[in-house]
Amino acid sequence: MSGICEQAVGGKVGSALTLAETPLLSHVLARADDALILGHRLSEWTGHAPLLEEELALANLALDLIGQARLLYEYAGAIEGAGHGEGDFAYFRDPPQFHNLLLVEQPNGDFAMTMLRHFLYAAFADPYWRAMVVAGDATLAAIAAKAEKEMAYHLRHAAGWVIRLGDGTEESHRRLAVALDTLWPFTGEMFLADAGEAALSDAGTVIDPAALRPRWEATIARVFAEANLTRPGGEWAPSGGRAGRHSEHLGHLLATMQHLARSHPGVRW
Amino acid sequence: MSADLSPLWEVFIRSRNGLAHRHAGSLHAADAEMALQAARDLFTRRGEAASLWVVPAAAIIASDPDEAGMLFEPTGSKIYRHPTFYEVPEDVGHM
Repeated sequence: MSGICEQAVGGKVGSALTLAETPLLSHVLARADDALILGHRLSEWTGHAPLLEEELALANLALDLIGQARLLYEYAGAIEGAGHGEGDFAYFRDPPQFHNLLLVEQPNGDFAMTMLRHFLYAAFADPYWRAMVVAGDATLAAIAAKAEKEMAYHLRHAAGWVIRLGDGTEESHRRLAVALDTLWPFTGEMFLADAGEAALSDAGTVIDPAALRPRWEATIARVFAEANLTRPGGEWAPSGGRAGRHSEHLGHLLATMQHLARSHPGVRW
Repeated sequence: MSADLSPLWEVFIRSRNGLAHRHAGSLHAADAEMALQAARDLFTRRGEAASLWVVPAAAIIASDPDEAGMLFEPTGSKIYRHPTFYEVPEDVGHM
């Protein structure tokens, strides 16, 4: 059992990192956090999926996202240059230090809720990573080359389920409609960029997420037409996830995800 | 889920070009498109496939196990059908 309970050097046991964030570091952490938090949400289905086939599918999707998060955290560590690695970023930050979208931290709900959340995100992440393949930052472009193939499949799989649930039975349609009412307000945040990100996209380092909106809307329109869903028109669009202002759900997720690492800094398993 | 909503599909994988598709297993899925996705997710997680087929299990016509005697036993006595009675010249190498 050697190695367990090694204490972190300095600070209290399991205390959060202190980070000096530049716009590029914040951008990379935001993309990593999206992938990690959504990947963790999907991993919560392990052992609970409604079908054996989907048990494996959900785990595959989760592993794709967690793999993307690891590459992005590794890059974040290189940008920061303070010796922090993927485990430090994932396990030793508090909720206000996470930059993920509010959408991806929303609870799984039922299978319709999970699949719709995944569809709404993948319809953005697929064109996002495809555009990032040719963006100015070489490391992000290399990560994008891997992520875009993964997200293209995520979009296909989630859209397949949205269509079949929406165009399925009365009950499956009802559940999907409830999920849409719940999740739709959180979609607007995907297309926002703060001043730091705007400067990065002006410089060609990253892309402007607002530019992806027409493509996202076209995907939504195509799939919703097949799923007999009506695109909601509400204007209420909460945001703040990118700035660390999260819903109450993220704290509970992080408590589960982080408690072992933060209770026993340096633990190996 | 009832069999009507989620019928059985048989999965065939071709691991690389030049080989034949081989039966890998079966799964339940609502339709052909979702069956193909499930086949990808269930059977190709470790790089096993270059190509996938899914076939409705109901479309496979199988021989009757009770007829195995009639169908397969008569070949047992025809050893001359095996190419074991030829001397292969050494120059030929592997045939």
